[in-house]
Amino acid sequence: MRAAEHSFVFMGCVELRQALDFHALDERELLDRVREAPPDSIFFHTYGYFLRHRPFTTAYGNDFARWAAVELRDQVLAERLAVVDPFSFPTLDELREELATIVQDHVRGVEAVVRLPFARGFHFQQSHLVEVPLGPSARTLREFRDGLAMVDASAIYLHMVAGRARRGRAAGDFAEWLRTSLGMEALAEQIARIDAYLTTLERVRGRLLNLVDAALEEGGE
Amino acid sequence: MSRIADYRQVAPQGTVDIIERLAERVRGRRFVHVSGGRLGSGPAQVLRAAVPVLNDLGIDTRWEITGGDAAYYATARALQTALEGTERVFTQEGMDHYLETNRVTAGRLDLGADFVFVHDVQPASLVTARAGGRWVWRCHFDCSAPQHGAWAVFRPLVNQFDAAVFSLPQYARRLGVPAYILLPSIDPLSDKNRDLAPRELAAVLASLRVDQARPLLLQVGPFTRGHDPLGVVNAYRIVKKHHDVRLVLAGAAEDDPDSREVVADLREAARGDADITVLELPADAHLQINALQRAATIVLQKSVQEGFDLGAAEAMWKGKPVIGGATGALAQQILHDVTGYLVRSVEGAAFRIRHLLNNHEQIPRMGAAGREHARRAFLLTRHLLDYLALMVHLTP
Repeated sequence: MRAAEHSFVFMGCVELRQALDFHALDERELLDRVREAPPDSIFFHTYGYFLRHRPFTTAYGNDFARWAAVELRDQVLAERLAVVDPFSFPTLDELREELATIVQDHVRGVEAVVRLPFARGFHFQQSHLVEVPLGPSARTLREFRDGLAMVDASAIYLHMVAGRARRGRAAGDFAEWLRTSLGMEALAEQIARIDAYLTTLERVRGRLLNLVDAALEEGGE
Repeated sequence: MSRIADYRQVAPQGTVDIIERLAERVRGRRFVHVSGGRLGSGPAQVLRAAVPVLNDLGIDTRWEITGGDAAYYATARALQTALEGTERVFTQEGMDHYLETNRVTAGRLDLGADFVFVHDVQPASLVTARAGGRWVWRCHFDCSAPQHGAWAVFRPLVNQFDAAVFSLPQYARRLGVPAYILLPSIDPLSDKNRDLAPRELAAVLASLRVDQARPLLLQVGPFTRGHDPLGVVNAYRIVKKHHDVRLVLAGAAEDDPDSREVVADLREAARGDADITVLELPADAHLQINALQRAATIVLQKSVQEGFDLGAAEAMWKGKPVIGGATGALAQQILHDVTGYLVRSVEGAAFRIRHLLNNHEQIPRMGAAGREHARRAFLLTRHLLDYLALMVHLTP
């Protein structure tokens, strides 16, 4: 059984939300605010959507699409924003640019925009992830599997979603540790390719466990 | 008195473990809540549950209250009402008395703590006497459109805190300090929300003369125009043409002419229809509300005003689909087409009720989704996570 020199510590997180003084009451203001808002706010309204909607099917994909559909009742803009997969952008600025371009192109084709009351506007937020170590750490693939099965779903978010977007680890923390500490290149590659977009954290956990179980059966311990 | 271990049976898997880990990081620190009183619903209800559990977690937590004479309460009430956006007249003399009363109170209270959480307007000016620790102003109401004069007086007070906390981002106001968002919560182990044995449930319903033989539509909430109970009656009447349903409107009548007029209108509507029941309940009728929500087939919260009532979350916790007005707080609680429906009219409410009654299999499915949504987003355990995360964030 291979044992890592550096153990993997599962971390959970609590999302502390902060209101920002950026508000959009129509599509044009949404365009301006998307361009001005801090990167953490772009993160919160796109990647963060997966943490907040975790038990349910993520019907809109991000907060901007949800607002366009539910409040603006602009289904075309909602659909265009919903298909923006944040995981396909290497940086938050590139993701921001894509969102802004979609809204800008859409606004050009709209003759009149509907202005909403303040209460129904888009209110930009950002979050602080307060991290918490969870349970025993893992040094082997078997221990990793056992920890993965029992940790709070916020750990899946922190290591698979936030790890990719905020820490610049494109493959995520799990794949990074399996590659560098256990030398399991093939498993790490498979985990890095898991599509976390438009699904739930529990389904992502299920896919991770399937891959790890298959590696254990092949004698990957 | 509940302990953190009691919540393992109701919280999402892993949540209590995270609470305990976070609590370890702030163990030994002192936490003081200050509010205007210990009675009533809303913030006091949460504190009655949260304070013992925080102590059980090893965090020395106290709850202090402020008070004064009639003029003090009158000014504090007027100031809060004005900050909620209603025009109120208050004098400089009244404001001076409010500030002086709180200054004297600050000397009497033990406010020495690492983390001081001041709830709403009445105790807010205690911050002028702050000596140490991190001070947070917890605003439980919609402060986005205050009366200008009131905000001019109050904003300098808020800016003396280290941070403010609002229930929704749209309730916040531009401040010189960070504004965090903490959703309110319900206590799943309280009389209002705990499981009821069938015999207990039947006994409470019998005492209220509510039978379970036919589908029951229920709205719980104050008898005010903002909560639109008359709109609920009109939606019921549309549904009644097609379905043999009962309607129960339960709540506390507020002591103002508008509320009394609404109750009179409801009684008039009920006089001609034996299937409409108007229940004026005392403020502490928690068990009765619990039983009614459990007996309901569909729960309505047809509010047309802003404000964070948790009736929808309570009903979802009992596995009921909720049809609510599309206001900010209800839109936060109800996941449209998943845990219930958001509607903007009487006709919309009637349409959704008929849809559910005609597609009965959707009722338990939506109810189950609602219970899981409430479990994750609106239980006290989530609130404790937020409190602890804020403590860790502000007092590293």
